[in-house]
Amino acid sequence: MEASAGGGCGAGPPLLLSDGEQQCYSELFARCAGTVSGGPGSGPPEAARVAPGTTTTAAAGPVADLFRASQLPSETLHQITELCGAKRAGYFGPTQFYVALKLIAAAQSGLPVRTESIKCELPLPRFVMSKSDGERRIGNPAELLGTKVQIPYLTTEKNSFKRMDDEDKQQETQSPTMSPLASPPSSPPHYQRVSLSHGYSKLRSSTEQMHPAPYEARQPLGQSEGPSSGGPGSKPLRRQASLIRSFSVERELQDNSSNYLDEPWRITEEQREYYVNQFRSLQPDPSSFISGSVAKNFFTKSKLSIPELSYIWELSDADCDGALTLPEFCAAFHLIVARKNGYPLPEGLPPTLQPEYLQAAFPKPKWECALFDSYSESMSANQQPRDLNRMEKTSVKDMADFPAPTQDVTGDDKQATAKDCTSLKARPRSRSYSSTSIEEAMKRGEDPPTPPPRPQKTHSRAASLDLNKVFQPSVPAVNSGLLPPPPALPPRPYPSQSEPVSEGDLHPQLNRAPSQAAESSPAKKDAPHAQPPSKPIRRKFRPENQSTENQEPSTGGTASAATVKPHPTVHKQSSKQKKAIQTAIRKNKEANAVLARLNSELQQQLKEVHQERIALENQLEQLRPVTVL
Amino acid sequence: MAMCIVVIAKENYPLYIRSTPTEYTLKFYYMVHTSLDVVDEISAMGKALVYQRELYLGLFYPTEDYKVYGYMTSSKVKFVMVVDSSNTALIFQKLHNSYTDVMCNPFYNPGDRIQSRAFDNTVTLMMIQVC
Repeated sequence: MEASAGGGCGAGPPLLLSDGEQQCYSELFARCAGTVSGGPGSGPPEAARVAPGTTTTAAAGPVADLFRASQLPSETLHQITELCGAKRAGYFGPTQFYVALKLIAAAQSGLPVRTESIKCELPLPRFVMSKSDGERRIGNPAELLGTKVQIPYLTTEKNSFKRMDDEDKQQETQSPTMSPLASPPSSPPHYQRVSLSHGYSKLRSSTEQMHPAPYEARQPLGQSEGPSSGGPGSKPLRRQASLIRSFSVERELQDNSSNYLDEPWRITEEQREYYVNQFRSLQPDPSSFISGSVAKNFFTKSKLSIPELSYIWELSDADCDGALTLPEFCAAFHLIVARKNGYPLPEGLPPTLQPEYLQAAFPKPKWECALFDSYSESMSANQQPRDLNRMEKTSVKDMADFPAPTQDVTGDDKQATAKDCTSLKARPRSRSYSSTSIEEAMKRGEDPPTPPPRPQKTHSRAASLDLNKVFQPSVPAVNSGLLPPPPALPPRPYPSQSEPVSEGDLHPQLNRAPSQAAESSPAKKDAPHAQPPSKPIRRKFRPENQSTENQEPSTGGTASAATVKPHPTVHKQSSKQKKAIQTAIRKNKEANAVLARLNSELQQQLKEVHQERIALENQLEQLRPVTVL
Repeated sequence: MAMCIVVIAKENYPLYIRSTPTEYTLKFYYMVHTSLDVVDEISAMGKALVYQRELYLGLFYPTEDYKVYGYMTSSKVKFVMVVDSSNTALIFQKLHNSYTDVMCNPFYNPGDRIQSRAFDNTVTLMMIQVC
């Protein structure tokens, strides 16, 4: 390796590599190159292709991370990269890598970044961040042994390592293949340690690359750089970190260290609750998405700059679909919070913010599951329309994403159209009148599981069905949690009412009717402001229910059908009238909604035309004096 | 390997420029600019917009052996690439995928310069891998 490295140097400055230095540098280099190839297919495939080239190259990612670990400003790193790598067409071969390390040492000791500086004696490059190879290497044997003896040894190792690097750098400047010119007194322990670490690294060569995430944590305790180093830049490291967990030896160490280090990126329970609540305020269904535009408006309120928000989105939207699920949203929110508190943004999504991790760590709150479960138990049949609704909603949501700019303006319009659809499609869509955005309207509509029993309940009741349809739009928000709107049942219960419905049929339905009335009344009372006209109808309706209830038990008492018949017929006529009235009311409301939407659109156009007119008049005035003259 | 990759918007201004730093950088930019004319020529020929559109300009300079490839998306965003390999179809596909990921970001306004790090990484890989 020495000869080859020296030979392959070519146009670069001559590098002197001692045995020890060779080992260290080759380890570093292999790590940078190996992390890419060692990553279990998690990195981009091109990266993997880089490593096994005939000219082994270190992938830019790990190398860049390593360089950043040196705590140098990015401009300096750029200079270093140019100086060492520009001679080769943009990749880090061994020579460039070593030259870069030397330049880092030079920069850290305050020397200007020039090729001449590396010819001087230099202190070791300091890679403070845990990603540093030296510290990583030091950490590995220490943690592997895990005894107290190792801890003081660790510090001495660090020192010796640094000195070793220093002398190596010095030696680099001398000649390509000369043995170390200056052997510092620490060289024997240095060689020992190098062999020790090298031995360990050989033993755990496969795991070494996987250790960066947890072992990093050990080193920069309490440093402000911690958060950014704690977020390993590349996906391979993340995956490797997860692989590590299978190693029982390091498990505890890793957990402790990762707990400590990832604290800035770890979401606490309270934070989680807060994020989930915020998610719900944007999107009531925690299992659905927040669209891009909604999230954009929301996150823009955080007053972060657009490029930063863009970067945060890039980090958190793992599947790049332009929408945020609950874990993605929590990750994004957490990143924003961290950024506002001054933490620099990580290079890549930290492991504790990964969607899988978040989903595993924080399962959905029970209550919503219970809510869904209760509905699902009672009516399994509705799941299909519900799923269909959801699919429709997602497709609508996707479509709704596009007219984002017009979203707010036409929010009312969409609500109106949603209302129009109620008669045709499933009810949920019509419920979100209180929301301001189309997507929210669609999503809210999709939330409540629509229970089929409800239609069955209301099936027999004369006026209840129509009233429910009418009331649906009026109680959107309330209905979402309490009273899922019954799906549209075009067949009105006329045929059912005309028939001498069996008593048995009526009984259970009426039994359910009062319960539904009880449910609906609180729901409707909750939104009295929304639809005042509906109240009197409801009150009219209720006595009718009560009358029917009174009638039914009485009829139930008598087995003869003769007594049953007159009551249903009287019932039918009044119910028919009421139905007609309610149908008319509903149609009028729909027409009103359509006209209101038209009105708003026309108003908008009128405004625009006004503005154009004003602009034209201004132009005319400006031109007029000229023409007159 | 790709020497230079440029993403050009519909209105023919650059959204993203990245090139290997050599002394031919300016020449690359000039060639990319002139290749826009060729793109317009081809699109004006009235052919149906095929997904993968390659325009092969051939050997530009006798001393250099590289080719300029072009690729146009359905939204008239063009990727122009100066390469000296011929594995362009795959590269363009990857670029296109990366570009759509950038588009998915709601904070990205179409027409802005592309500042996504993920896109940068992809382009870097393009430039490095075939090197």
